[in-house]
Amino acid sequence: MDLTYTDEEEEFRAGLRRWLATALPALPPPPDPHDWPGRRAYDTAWQRMLYDAGYAGLHWPADAGGRGATPTQHLIFLEETELAGAPYVGANFVGLLHAGPTLAAEGTPEQRARWLPPILRGDEIWCQGFSEPDAGSDLAALRTRAVRDGDDYVVTGSKIWTSHAEVADWCELLVRTDPDAPRHRGITWLAMPMDAPGVTVRPLRTLAGSTEFAEVFLDGVRIPAAHRVGAENDGWRVTMVTLSFERGTAFVGEVVACRRVLGAVARTARDNGRWDDAVLRRRLGRLAAEFTALWRLTQWNVGAAQRGGGVPGTGASVFKLRYSHARQELYDAAAEVLGAGALDADHAWVAARLSSLSYTIAAGTSQIQRNIVAERILGLPKGR
Amino acid sequence: MDFQLTEEQGELCEGMRTLLAGRFGPERLRAAVAAPALDRALWRELGAAGLFALRLPEADGGVGLGLPEAVLLFEETGRALLPGPLIACHLLAGRLDGVATGERIVGLTEVPGGPGVWEHPDECAELVVLPGGDGGPVRVLRPDAAADVPRPSSVDPLTPLAPVPAGAGEALPGPAPEVRRMRREAALLTAAQQLGSAVRTVEKAVAYARVREQFGAPIGAFQAVKHLCAGMLVRAETARAAVYAAAVTESEDEAYAAKLLADDAAVRNARDCLQVHGGMGFTWEAEIHLHLKRAWWRAECWGSARETEERLAVGLLTG
Repeated sequence: MDLTYTDEEEEFRAGLRRWLATALPALPPPPDPHDWPGRRAYDTAWQRMLYDAGYAGLHWPADAGGRGATPTQHLIFLEETELAGAPYVGANFVGLLHAGPTLAAEGTPEQRARWLPPILRGDEIWCQGFSEPDAGSDLAALRTRAVRDGDDYVVTGSKIWTSHAEVADWCELLVRTDPDAPRHRGITWLAMPMDAPGVTVRPLRTLAGSTEFAEVFLDGVRIPAAHRVGAENDGWRVTMVTLSFERGTAFVGEVVACRRVLGAVARTARDNGRWDDAVLRRRLGRLAAEFTALWRLTQWNVGAAQRGGGVPGTGASVFKLRYSHARQELYDAAAEVLGAGALDADHAWVAARLSSLSYTIAAGTSQIQRNIVAERILGLPKGR
Repeated sequence: MDFQLTEEQGELCEGMRTLLAGRFGPERLRAAVAAPALDRALWRELGAAGLFALRLPEADGGVGLGLPEAVLLFEETGRALLPGPLIACHLLAGRLDGVATGERIVGLTEVPGGPGVWEHPDECAELVVLPGGDGGPVRVLRPDAAADVPRPSSVDPLTPLAPVPAGAGEALPGPAPEVRRMRREAALLTAAQQLGSAVRTVEKAVAYARVREQFGAPIGAFQAVKHLCAGMLVRAETARAAVYAAAVTESEDEAYAAKLLADDAAVRNARDCLQVHGGMGFTWEAEIHLHLKRAWWRAECWGSARETEERLAVGLLTG
């Protein structure tokens, strides 16, 4: 058990810090959170800076245009960019973390050459068309239909919870190509251009008042069969392959940020008198232990990834269950410190408190995660 | 960075687990509950296996290993519910003759600040008392001299308790020990035992949920039970990362934070394990109550939640 970074890792960190010190002051001011085209421009400009500096696709394999960095280097990258206050991955999220790795693993040479470089350069943005109104936790129930017609698929149906749909160029789309096959065997993965005729995007307003995601309606959308990744009806496996890219690093930046926020919450409490409340102090003290442990759990998972080439998705489930709950606890405590200010829509902690509510739902609800842990790690029987 | 067990560390765990499975299996555990008495032969075997002298230099007859290895071994003792002042003997090996080999059994507590009672098997005639706060000598008391003091009964048959005796005692021989370090290490090794217990109760709950059938199905097929078990694993694995990291960094705050999470994991996992076992869980025969009672006791030793949460809160203001 070694928590010391090697000379090579420290060198990587030092080089990154030097670059961040020069790169970040050159950034324009961040856009208004409601200005989606502005956010896209900002996020992609940052991605371009990373690309020019050689940090784009750090965790991607070298033959996909990435740096092939180790999980530990990836951890360092995410930690340092967060500490330096660098922009988040933002609109580049799906391209860099899901669609891109899927294409890298399963795409043909032509598909990789067409789609991977623009993701790394920040030229193109991807969104995800997986969930449907009747296919949420039960994703394999998806019904959006694709029918082969000559060299095209003709797609009809609707998708939901699609982040960045309004500003995306491409959508990684799961469609049903064989309605008669067993559920997981009739699904196909397609790359859909978002400007194709028949695509309608209707933004959804979240409880935070923002339009983080959208519904996407597909009415006879023609998608060339050449945009299919993997074999027809093999889309479920193609999608799950990306999970093997899991390195336990999904929430590195956020855990670093939560530890910083917790310190700020404590200092605010000291300054506004709420620190005199032992119940609050003890709550904050427990959160300090919690986030320290979550950081160590991240390093533990990265250690497993480094040893074995990947974290089983199950280790990620353990982390997500604990972290999503801790994040909600943190911002509930922050709200208690704010008192009457806890409803101030302009306060960053209040906005974060609202968005934290999605953490136990998005990317697999806590209930689904517990099923995964119970069945795949603990070996309990499947049931309902 | 390589935050995973080395091959040698894995073998060390395995060795201790095998030793304890052979020497302190379910029957021995039941016997210990029926007639609480420390097994002196086992104690000497643990001495020979290096549990007590683990971190003493090889030149002094020790094993020359570090805190991470100690944590791994104590995790196994917690898992096996091995009773007795193991941590005391580990921390006092090399300070009092015969402790390293398991010939001599000593207790350890702190006053003021500790629970006020100490784990006092009949075979253990000496108690080392660390001064609370920052000052004062480390004393050795021989409570046999005050044998007429009534002993409180203990809900845990494996944890006989006695009030910490009054009296000045004798100074611990040798150079003054680093008291703060001893307390921190006692906390961390206690946390390691809690971790072992928490991992064990997950295993027991899962094993039972797979075979116990109701409504025509193993109860582990029902989400209500499944989710209890998943929550137990999350607690244990989070505590594991915290405990192991604190052993590597030797940070004081991390050690107490790790204990806070491990205490929580041990107590709540034992509770959930009891719940999964239903009526059986409430019986004396099921060993679950032993995990729970021991976890309650450990949670009060070497840093309670009250103290640790306040300590870590203050750390937020300064750190």
